[in-house]
Amino acid sequence: MGFIHRLLTLIMKILVCITNVPDTTAKITFTDNDTKLNKAGVQYIIGPYDDYALARAVELKEQLGGSVTVLHVGEADADPQIRKALAIGADDAIRINADPVDSYFTAAQIAHVAAENKYDLILMGRESIDFNSGVVHGLVGEMLGIPSYSPVMKLDIDGTTATLAREIDGGKETLSASLPLVLGCQEPISEWKIPNMRGIMTARTKPLNVVEPVSGEVLTSPEKYSLPAPKGACKMIPAAEAETLIKLLRTEAKVI
Amino acid sequence: MSVLIFVELDNGAVKKTSLEAVAYGAEVAKLTGTTATVLALGKADVSSLAQTGAFGATKVLHAADEKLTHENSLAYADILAQAVQQENSKVVIISKSGLGDAVAARASAKLKAGIVSGVTELPVVNGSFTVKRSIYTGKAFSNVEVKSDIKILVVKKNAIEVVESSGTAAVENFGPTLRDSDFQASVGAVEKASSELSLTEADIIVSGGRGMKGPENWQPLLDFAKALGAATGCSKPVSDLDWRPHHEHIGQTGIKVAPNLYIACGISGAIQHLAGVNGSKYIVVINKDPEAPFFKAADYGIVGDVFDVLPKLTKAVEDLK
Repeated sequence: MGFIHRLLTLIMKILVCITNVPDTTAKITFTDNDTKLNKAGVQYIIGPYDDYALARAVELKEQLGGSVTVLHVGEADADPQIRKALAIGADDAIRINADPVDSYFTAAQIAHVAAENKYDLILMGRESIDFNSGVVHGLVGEMLGIPSYSPVMKLDIDGTTATLAREIDGGKETLSASLPLVLGCQEPISEWKIPNMRGIMTARTKPLNVVEPVSGEVLTSPEKYSLPAPKGACKMIPAAEAETLIKLLRTEAKVI
Repeated sequence: MSVLIFVELDNGAVKKTSLEAVAYGAEVAKLTGTTATVLALGKADVSSLAQTGAFGATKVLHAADEKLTHENSLAYADILAQAVQQENSKVVIISKSGLGDAVAARASAKLKAGIVSGVTELPVVNGSFTVKRSIYTGKAFSNVEVKSDIKILVVKKNAIEVVESSGTAAVENFGPTLRDSDFQASVGAVEKASSELSLTEADIIVSGGRGMKGPENWQPLLDFAKALGAATGCSKPVSDLDWRPHHEHIGQTGIKVAPNLYIACGISGAIQHLAGVNGSKYIVVINKDPEAPFFKAADYGIVGDVFDVLPKLTKAVEDLK
């Protein structure tokens, strides 16, 4: 057991799936008759939750050996973000050259690559911050026939067993499960990593393999985007008459 | 053909957000000319299950196996898929939560069902099936057509006005096949603040930011929350500084909430925080800085010192009783 245990730790293969999303402070507007995001002036980043997953993956590799592969489903405009992930410490990257139309399609692409390469651990953020579905990890897990857990806040690996803490409604629970697993991650699983100069230099020559998508079904399609109705003016109450607020909340807003 | 609603239980009782999902499912059933069936798993209070009738359910399928009492998305998705097949359901409704998304995802892959998460309105059904969902963490919406035969909608809080009637639903025993592989994980410690109101369920939330100046100053905020029967939350800097526990962190990378009333105390309103609260019906901001960006997103505002204002508000609430 000791030998096998050691062997398994040595060859641990981690896949980290990242999204390419507008920065959290981006102002969202639409063009083309509200059918497309207006990308003008929008800064793109690795999804913040995916960044946590990537940071933990790199730490696990440093601790246990093995490799970290980054996977992105999307078009070439994501390449700078993929290079950044390589600079942070991933060994190689795969970009599936397809518009990630919906969760099911995206998950099917990830599952296809994962099934071919047999990763021990597949990490990603708990959700993308553009569409906020939080379902791709579950879909990938089911498509591969392996367990999935989310949102994971703590992750340790011992041999072929993962011990993790995940958030549940109003608290957290720890559980241990055998690899392979698919995990949706969030803070404080790790701290975000900033690439150093050496990382940035080596990232330029690390492999970024672009592969074409496998044919997949698209079960949902967006038709039109819209923005929330503008908020009315804020009613200001003088601090000296703070108790007036409580009256207004009861009689006007009727929420207490 | 019934619309199937997966409900979450808390100590055997159907959660409030799940009752909203039942009401939503009942409306979808009306739109599609069928009835609403609830699926409840694990140890449950049968009267609470029957009470889903008051929200429009006709029938409850209850799988009472003790093994299902502990939250297990793998097994739940498996059983949900079995219930969909038994009922020949075409639409599945689940309330948005970590568990809800996990169950929806795995069931979607089993059933090849299109999934829309973050639904904010009833669907439009006229030949095609289109629903509106929240995207970009509440900064925008998308109308999505669901093309698959079976459709799974994960519904946000406050998607519809809930009207409660006096009906009761018939509770039936449901005996699904349980797979050993869904029960492989061994569950260790569960830390749950059971006395606290859950943020995702709460109607009122009082939240504190760096303007509270330190963890030792939280008492006036807690007193105010208690007087209102509110849950308490905090901003990201506050949870990063360990002034408050991580599960109270509301925002883009924390919990997204949609209460009827959100009261922010000493929170400036960074865009990442707003992203977590923009589903709230009413927002109150108390901040000593009149330029705090949060006032732009608020319905009511007080420019003042939170330590001066909060005790006055607490007293005003107590005076109402």
